[in-house]
Amino acid sequence: MASTRTNIMVCCGTGCLASESEKVLKNLEVIAKARGYAEEVQIIKTGCFGFCEQGPIVKVEPDNVFYVRVSPKDAKDIIDEHIIKGRKVERLLYMEPNENERIKKQEDMPFYKKQLRVALKNCGLINPEDVYEYIALGGYEALGKAITKMTRDQVIDTVKRSGLRGRGGGGFPTGLKWEITKKQESDVKFMICNADEGDPGAFMDRSILEGDPHSVLEAMAIGAYAIGADKGIIYIRAEYPLAIARLNTALKQARELGLLGKNIFGTDFSFDINLKYGAGAFVCGEETALINSCEGKRGEPNFKPPYPAEEGYWGHPTCVNNVETFANIPSIIMKGADWFAAMGTERSKGTKVFALAGKINNVGLVEVPMGITLREIIFDIGGGIPKGKKFKAVQTGGPSGGVITEEGLDTPIDYDSLIERGSMMGSGGMIVMDEDDNMVNIAKFYLEFTMDEACGRCGPGRIGTKRLFEMLHKISSGKATMADLDALKQLAYMVKDSSLCGLCQTAPNPVISTMKHFWDEYVALVKDEDHPQGEGRYVPKNKIGMKS
Amino acid sequence: MKIKSLDELRKIREEHSNQVRLREYGEMAGDKIEILIGMATCGISSGARETLNAFVNALSSEDIDNIKVVPVGCIGYCHSEPTVQVNIPGQKPVLYGNVKENKVRDIIEKHIKGGKPIENLILHVDFERA
Ligand SMILES: Cc1cc2nc3c(=O)[nH]c(=O)nc-3n(C[C@H](O)[C@H](O)[C@H](O)COP(=O)(O)O)c2cc1C
Ligand code: SF4
Ligand code: FES
Repeated sequence: MASTRTNIMVCCGTGCLASESEKVLKNLEVIAKARGYAEEVQIIKTGCFGFCEQGPIVKVEPDNVFYVRVSPKDAKDIIDEHIIKGRKVERLLYMEPNENERIKKQEDMPFYKKQLRVALKNCGLINPEDVYEYIALGGYEALGKAITKMTRDQVIDTVKRSGLRGRGGGGFPTGLKWEITKKQESDVKFMICNADEGDPGAFMDRSILEGDPHSVLEAMAIGAYAIGADKGIIYIRAEYPLAIARLNTALKQARELGLLGKNIFGTDFSFDINLKYGAGAFVCGEETALINSCEGKRGEPNFKPPYPAEEGYWGHPTCVNNVETFANIPSIIMKGADWFAAMGTERSKGTKVFALAGKINNVGLVEVPMGITLREIIFDIGGGIPKGKKFKAVQTGGPSGGVITEEGLDTPIDYDSLIERGSMMGSGGMIVMDEDDNMVNIAKFYLEFTMDEACGRCGPGRIGTKRLFEMLHKISSGKATMADLDALKQLAYMVKDSSLCGLCQTAPNPVISTMKHFWDEYVALVKDEDHPQGEGRYVPKNKIGMKS
Repeated sequence: MKIKSLDELRKIREEHSNQVRLREYGEMAGDKIEILIGMATCGISSGARETLNAFVNALSSEDIDNIKVVPVGCIGYCHSEPTVQVNIPGQKPVLYGNVKENKVRDIIEKHIKGGKPIENLILHVDFERA
């Protein structure tokens, strides 16, 4: 192989594909070849860089030049100017929104500064369809180390000591879950990866699967070894076709290399993984509903206990973990529990990926150490609020979370501090609102979503979410009285306390937290006053995640 | 082919490591040495491409992996192209002029490995960057 001097990395994550990055890739290849540079330049597909808002993204290494909004016809300039003449294509460089200054290097972009990438470490760096690139960066060594050099208890102990907690929302300690599953006496156990990701506005898991699918396969195998499972399932929503395709490629390659299948690394440990496609119901992300769905039953939750670790898939002990949880595992095995535990806060270790969306300049993915403040995420990394508007609140935890206002911006964030503030970590969606957003509308938007998604299995969930939505509608239509506000509050707590599963238990959170922080906006609608902040009437313009 | 042991995996990793080495280290800021090569038209027409390839080949054949070769634009010293700047963390950057490919080995041996800049190639920098 002639030595390649330059790598051109073209983002082929969903965000960038939607803006024609595939054509960009094709053009780059054709032009590089036509100019006789096919040997010197390697053009590589990568996963999401977490910068979709500026997509398509093209990064040139080793120059570390980061081009944004690259259209197919820009391919010519990238080859002719940058590659052949060595001149950066100025107009494609990223421009800092507040300073009008073009920034060339990824490291210099404020977007990247406070970030620390563990789960996303390979995303945007390797070709997700080439297992050898994953291996070249140390991939599958953690699996090899775990199954040839460590006992099952040592693996569990390492994960326990690392302090890793589940990234799917609950924050349950992962090592403990593995230990509980291992302790069950059964010949048949299952390892399931939850890739349902139903939270509107969240796309962390998708990016990991698209950008670095092998890390999840490797981690599932490590977990399976620890708990004593020989079969795994990835439950993934059918709406993620690219992630599914990449996973299938990855599975095939891993099997060919014997990294999945019988007698992995020459040991007597065998493990293989199947994909199950979900139809995209939010409730199917709940682990018991997910297991029902995997079994071909209706995607409805069961009462817990028994927990899946005791009685899961077809009654066998089953460990369900989230994609991002898994993505942290190989690094923990290789670098050790202490390395991981050194990051983060007292009770929440490591990093967390967040999907920034809403009224924020740098919409995209960020991975930050736990304990960073919301202010740093929103203003330093996210670039603040567009058009010089004022920050009003941020919703964390998606439809299950609540709003956090200005006064909460400086709290170091972790699982516990967000709950104390009436919200939650959830899977990591972060939706930023500015002064124009009316908070009753926000609550109504989320309730419409949960009302649609409540499965109907239990009364409080099925009827309660519907009634909550109706009350919100009445309020936002200006027909409510003060008594309705009291009734709304009462019902919100009732639904929270009596629903069967997490979906409707947390569904009232947006109502409760907006009532707490923005009571005046509710009152203004009842009294038909003009409120200084936000439009007074609910105009259902934000259709994301809404069916009706 | 099935991988049957950790050693086999490591061998495969070794075989493929060149494929990603540049990128891996490009991603980590911090303690690595940078070699900036002026790759504007003037540099290229004076042989900067050959110089750059010589660096890349020399570094990868010797397994030196904490050095990043970065093509940059013109710094205005067209009279002394190709120009090469060596940035070693904690040291003042050294700018060399007239670095044809036959000087590359000297720079790697004497400066980067030996710690002694090659005096007669050094260009005097008469500007400051804002
Ligand atoms: C309504 C509802 C939706 C959920 N959706 C997801 C999801 O999309 N992805 C996910 O990983 N976990 C989801 N969970 C959490 C899972 O039930 C489960 O706790 C998680 O998959 C466990 O993995 P972890 O310990 O690695 O976080 C959801 C829970 C509820 C109640
Ligand atoms: S709480 Fe909601 S989603 Fe859960 S079982 Fe009841 S109706 Fe279904
Ligand atoms: S899909 Fe390209 S940056 Fe997200």
